[in-house]
Amino acid sequence: MTPMIRKLVFGFAGLALLVFSGISFYQSRRLKEPVVVSDGVTQVVRLSKYFSGVEGTANDCNMYILEGKEPGATFCILGGTHPEEPAGRLAAWIFAENAVLQKGRLIVVLSANRSATTVTRVGGAYPPEFSIPTSWGEQGFRMGDRWSNPLDQWPDPEVYIHYPSGQYLAYVDVRNLNRCWPGRPNGTLTERTTYAFMEMIRKEKVDIVIDLHEAELQYPVISTIVSHEKAQDLAAIVSMTLTDMEGFKMGMEFSPKNLHGLSHREIGDFSDAAGLLFEAPEPFLDATRGKTNTEQLLTGKDDFVVRAGQHGLLFEKIDANGWPIDKRVGRHTSAVLQTMVSWTEMHPDKPMVCDSIPRYADVVARGLGQYLRNPALAKPGRIWYE
Amino acid sequence: MDIIITFIYYCLVAFVSAVLIYNFFKTKEWQKEVLTIIVVLPFLLRLFMLK
Repeated sequence: MTPMIRKLVFGFAGLALLVFSGISFYQSRRLKEPVVVSDGVTQVVRLSKYFSGVEGTANDCNMYILEGKEPGATFCILGGTHPEEPAGRLAAWIFAENAVLQKGRLIVVLSANRSATTVTRVGGAYPPEFSIPTSWGEQGFRMGDRWSNPLDQWPDPEVYIHYPSGQYLAYVDVRNLNRCWPGRPNGTLTERTTYAFMEMIRKEKVDIVIDLHEAELQYPVISTIVSHEKAQDLAAIVSMTLTDMEGFKMGMEFSPKNLHGLSHREIGDFSDAAGLLFEAPEPFLDATRGKTNTEQLLTGKDDFVVRAGQHGLLFEKIDANGWPIDKRVGRHTSAVLQTMVSWTEMHPDKPMVCDSIPRYADVVARGLGQYLRNPALAKPGRIWYE
Repeated sequence: MDIIITFIYYCLVAFVSAVLIYNFFKTKEWQKEVLTIIVVLPFLLRLFMLK
């Protein structure tokens, strides 16, 4: 083979790789995720309504507002702060598609960092999408990553200096929504996004913000509620009630006062609301995992993570049954519902009553897909896209 | 300022991509040709705003 023919062969092989991977990345970034909103959703607004600095950006996300028949408290559920933790997004999805409010007001966000839903971990070989089986077919979702897409915010600094605390954080966390609270109006896209959320929380007089996450089993902050001190009594009661009544363990931890940029710290410090962060176990995130594929993501089964547990390296139990997505989502729906119930008991003058949302046992028994609604049957004006 | 820095970075990506492609045609060793193709791919994906 002559050098020129060899170069042509290698060049076309490289071009083929570029084209096929490029098509995959392009399609994944633009995958439309349908949301058939519940009859309880009275308004759908964009985040830019509260701060024009995110208008026209990838992070100008939808916000689904549900209003009860009677006044009460205002809660906000943030899904998709870290899109690679899908139980948080999917639990919020169940609220947007099913919840009916009797008392109070609920603001649901499915893609808090929408930019991060459009990219997967560079070099991580993540699947670009995953699907949830339902009675009417499969619904596809973007896999997403922990950080905003570098196509939307780039380059990263050598060291990320958090505003306004001045705390030094890892460079990549300049694109981590949960290290950029409370944000600033002239900052990076991620900082402007958290600033817009802070403006929404202040203007809508939100009482409680619940930020839904998942964690690797090797991380000590897992299967727990992280609470700002303003909501410590509420978090403690929710933790005890869930552990006692629902059949799964839920701890409670205080938000460290000197660890900045996190929702459970800064929302409480910079607004009248209190921030709670819920963590569910996700073996997909563990560094010792085996195959990084959709099966592992959705079943949570992984022999290597189980073996790590046998060596005492984990902070949560795991066995051959893994941590299926139904269990992880069910933990979140129960935890949110219990927060509403406990809040109402503690604040009878400002109740929060929500119907039509399945608890842990229901989601595990029937499957998450039973609570995702068929876009083909949506009434006109009741379908939105993430 | 962010826009200017981002623009400069994209210029750097374009420059490095061009140098790598030049090296691909210049080298006579097949191992270096393969290496160059592998290295240039992420630069081109970023340059075309695909990843």
